[in-house]
Formats: sequence, C-alpha cells, structure tokens
Amino acid sequence: MGKYIFSRLINMIPTLFVVAIIVFLITRMIPGDPASVMLGPQASREDVEALTEALGLNEPIHIQFMQYIGNLLKGDFGVSLSYNQPITDLIINRFPNTVILAVSALIIAFMIGVPAGIISASKQNSLIDYSITTISLIGVSMPIFWLGVMLVLYFSVNLGWFPATGMGSMADGFISYLKHLILPSITLATIPTATFARITRSSMLEVITQDYIKTARSKGISEFIVIFKHAFKNAFNPLLTVLGLQISSLLGGAVLTETIFSWPGMGLLIIDAIEKRDFVVVQSTVLFIALIFVIVNLVVDILYKVVNPKISYSTNKGGTK
Amino acid sequence: MSDMLLTVENLEVQFRSGSTLTKAVNGVSFSLNRKENIGIVGESGSGKSVTATSLLRLIPDPPGKITGGKIIFEDKDLLKLSDKAMRKIRGNEISMIFQDPSTSLNPVYTVGNQIVESIKTHQHLNRKEAKEKAVHMLELVGIPEARKRFSMYPHEFSGGMRQRVMIAIALACNPKLLIADEPTTALDVTVQAQILNLMKDLQHSIDTSIIMITHDLGVIWETCDKVLVMYAGNVVESGTVQEIYDNPLHPYTWGLLDSQITESVSSEEELSTIPGSPPDLSLDISGCPFAARCPFAEEICLKKTPEMIEAAEGHFTACHFQTKEHRLDRKEEKVDDRSNIKS
Repeated sequence: MGKYIFSRLINMIPTLFVVAIIVFLITRMIPGDPASVMLGPQASREDVEALTEALGLNEPIHIQFMQYIGNLLKGDFGVSLSYNQPITDLIINRFPNTVILAVSALIIAFMIGVPAGIISASKQNSLIDYSITTISLIGVSMPIFWLGVMLVLYFSVNLGWFPATGMGSMADGFISYLKHLILPSITLATIPTATFARITRSSMLEVITQDYIKTARSKGISEFIVIFKHAFKNAFNPLLTVLGLQISSLLGGAVLTETIFSWPGMGLLIIDAIEKRDFVVVQSTVLFIALIFVIVNLVVDILYKVVNPKISYSTNKGGTK
Repeated sequence: MSDMLLTVENLEVQFRSGSTLTKAVNGVSFSLNRKENIGIVGESGSGKSVTATSLLRLIPDPPGKITGGKIIFEDKDLLKLSDKAMRKIRGNEISMIFQDPSTSLNPVYTVGNQIVESIKTHQHLNRKEAKEKAVHMLELVGIPEARKRFSMYPHEFSGGMRQRVMIAIALACNPKLLIADEPTTALDVTVQAQILNLMKDLQHSIDTSIIMITHDLGVIWETCDKVLVMYAGNVVESGTVQEIYDNPLHPYTWGLLDSQITESVSSEEELSTIPGSPPDLSLDISGCPFAARCPFAEEICLKKTPEMIEAAEGHFTACHFQTKEHRLDRKEEKVDDRSNIKS
C-alpha cells in the first residue's frame, strides 16, 4: 500500500508537467496583450512596450516557459501582474473560501442525493421513484447561471431572506455567515445532488437483485439493514468515483456560481485573471487545481480498497487489478 | 408437540411482468414431518425454487406474488403473519441456502461478520459470545483454522468452502427447517458429495428437517425420505423415495430417471433426453401440462387435467393412465401415437 501511494505520487509529476505546458500555451493564445489591458486604452505605445519588457513578455515563448517552470520548481508560483501580490498569497486567501462553498454543496448533495437514490431504487417503479427520477433529470440538466439568478431574484430580491452576493464574515456572527452561504451552496449543489441520486439509484438497482441480498433477507434481518448495510456498501464504488470527480471539480472553483454570487473563491479569481490577461495567475491557479484534482483522485483510489476488500493494489502494474 | 412440521396447501405463486401473468406455481401441496427430508425435483422452470422461496416469503414483490394457499408451519400460517413476525422465523426457525455460493455471500463483509449477524439477530448474545458461536459454527461445518478464517472475506474462500459458510450461517440458530435450493449444483463433483455428507451429518446433530431442491435425482436418493416431482408449476408425482425409486409412475418421472447419467450408461449410447421444452406458463394450459412432451399422451390428456390420485399407498400421481386399476408399461412407449395428438 505504501509503495502504491509512493508510485502514484511519483506519477503525478509528469501529469502536472503536461498540465503546466498546456495551460501555458493556452494562456498565450488568449487574444489581447496584458500590458495594454493593464495600462488601459489611453496608454502610450512606449509605456506599453516598457511594461511588456518589464514583465518579461518580450522574451521568446520557450524562454518564458523555462523561467516559469524554474520558478515553479523553487516553489514560486510567481507574482500577479494585476493584484501585485504573490500568487501563493492569492491562493492562500481564496482557496479556503472555495473549500467552504464546495464542502457545503457536497454535504447538501450527499445528504439529499444519496438517500433519494436509495429510496428510489428500493421502491422501483413506484410514484416516488418516478418523481425522484424526474426531479433528478431536471437537476442534472439545470443551467446553473439561470438557477442562481432565479434564486437571487426570489429569495434575495423578493423575499429578502438572504443576501444576494458576497461572502459573510464570522465577525458579523454565524447566522449572517450562514445566510451568505445558503444560496451559493444550493446553486452549486444542484447538479451534484441530482448526479448522486441517479448514480445511487442505478447502482442500488444492480445490487438489490444480487443473491447475497436474498441471503441477507433469509436471515430475518430488517429491510433497513438489508438496504443500508448489505446493499449500500456494495453500491458505493460507482458513487465514490463520482464523488471524487465532483469534489475535484468543486474544489477547482465553481466558476459560474462564484461569479453569480461574487463569492471570493478560486473560480472568481480565475475569471478576473482571464479578463485582466493576468497570465501568471491563470497558469498557476489552473495548475494548483490540477494538483488538487490528482490528489483527490488518489485519495478516492485508496478509499476503494476500504470499501471493497476485493480490490488489491500492485505497484508493478501501477494501478488496480 | 405434533409431529407435523410443515404443511403446504394449494400454494399458488404468480409473476406479473407488464401485461403477462406467469403462473409459476399452481396449487402445490405437501407436508413434512419433523426430522424428515423431502426432495423437490424437476427441470428448470418447473417452479421448485419458487415454491421453496415462497415458504420464507422471499419472492420479490413486485413482480411476484403468492396468490393462494396456506403454508402452515407449526400451527402458524406463514402467509398470515406480519412482516415482523415473519422475520423472526427467517434464519431462526426456517433457514435457506442457495445455489451459487460465489454470489450468495456478501463480498464486502467478512464471513465472520455474516455469521455473527445471523446469530445476533435471533439470539441474545453479546458480541464476544456471538463470535465464539460463529467460530464454533465454522468448525462444525469443517472449515480448518476457523478462528483465522473468521475474519476473511468470501473471495478468499473456494466454492465448496463458501457453501460450508452458507451452511454455517443457515444452521447458526438451530433452525427446525432448512431449505436447500440446489446446494450442490454450482460445485465441483468431488465437492458435491462432501457438502451433501456434511448436511446429513449436521442434520442429525441439530435435528432439522430439510427441503432439498434439485434437478439431480441422485441427490434425492442420497438425502431424502420423500420426493415431490414438479412439472410446469404442478406436482405430478409424490411419494417416499423408496416407492418412487422402485416404482415410478408418471411418464415425466420416467423421463427424468432415463436422462440420469449412471454407471450403467455406456459411453457408446446416445444420452436419453425428454424431447421438447416445458410449456410457457404465461399461457393457459388445458389438460395435462406434460401432454405435449409425453410419449403416452392421448386425446384426453390434452383436454382434461389429470387429478392427483393415490395410485399406491402414500404414492400419488397425476396421470390419466396411472390409476389403481390401470397402469402404463414404462417400456412400451407409444411413440407413433404422438403424431396424432399434436395440437
């Protein structure tokens, strides 16, 4: 197991290197020149050229890339052109906000989606099953930007229950903090909730027809234990895969949700940086997100083993067998 | 305490799928005394497994439903019990083991956990006592190094060992009745005999009755006192093992006997089979369900359903031509006549 984790960690290096190359190239393809964007339309040509040189943007692209990688190896994510701050500081400021939002959304999604899927599967073809299936289909196909705006319109503008934008501070009290959190988390939770419900349902349906479920029933244990102990643990693997993917993408910053609610997380930071052509911020934050993605997936792979004792890891094949 | 353990009267089970209604079991009746073993034999789809599963009310509903009859187990009609009362019977007074031990144990829990669960559901033992009992059960079913094996997962066991674990789970609460649904079908021939011997040995030590579901008459001769021969959801012949072995009456039973592979079958000979396949149970069957495949069938067989009659003492059969007064001769198959009665 230790060997397996070590080899997976080593394997992360080439993955991240490739991500770094791709992100570097893509940011360079965005039309628009950072120096002129930063200085505004009124700036003189000389000023723009001077800034371009100061930022090192006049160097050939491969030299820029080598410098970037060199800095990364030293643990230096670079300095933001627009914020005038080390990017590490920006990430340290923003990432916890994203984590709070993502974790709240995941808790909502898990608490609602998974039980809904279980109920749906155990009452297959009943009215409640059809209702849950229909609602979750609507859920997965929900345009988030529209839902977010509608929630703001109704609950913030009409009813005035929750603030429309921004992130509360603990200094104003926990209630205010929670009020700021509710609408963005619900918005962000919609698709994961529906996804969990659908995956749980299909995975449970496959499991509850298995012989060992009949064995469990033949022992005289209650239906609740049959479903939650015997069936659910077996149905958990596909759910874990989806959970891993959802965590990764939510931690990467929910770009749409954060933009609608002006939530100061990673998503909003990336959007700002793209608008300002702040290449270094885009590169480094995307690379950071890739890092999170890879780590979460590694954790999920390790958790498979906890859930399913049949899975064993071998280092020589570098994967599961 | 009466000697009668189980009486099944006119059990009917149907499955509905869309607009199709399949009558899987059509009025099956039999009874079983304490410490007695009954075998239910028939080919796939004859309703034997459905009958057995219905006894524990484990038919998945929907699509299945027990639509009629009585299952009297020690003066209680199981079909009238509440779900809770039924759960007290399952695994405690009536246990079941299934055909395929590779799928009937839960892959994500240790075998120990699965035996302990059964014990703790029905007996007031603490965790430690339940574990001791589970280890004892594993030893009883002949699993070496039981204490170490207790915390192993099903995939770490061979097929025969898994079936032993299933038997340990089933017998953990000393049930009065054990339903074994083809317990040896999925096992190697060499292991089959071991499992059957184990079941016979344990039966004597815990005084349980067994309902043995199988398509292998050899298993019945080995283990049972009585036999029910089922075809298309009906019992076509029943009696003691001795009677049916010595003096089988129903043409379907003859077919089953003839298609057995025994030492006397030479490798040169073509194996004997029953031509055709069982009828579609979602269609109404008029007359004898076996008529279409029966080498002795005549007009009446297609029109009138034969009654179950006592052709010899304790030996019942449902065939128009097997009565006390009149008997068919097993060797005289009227093959030619079949062309006349094709419907």
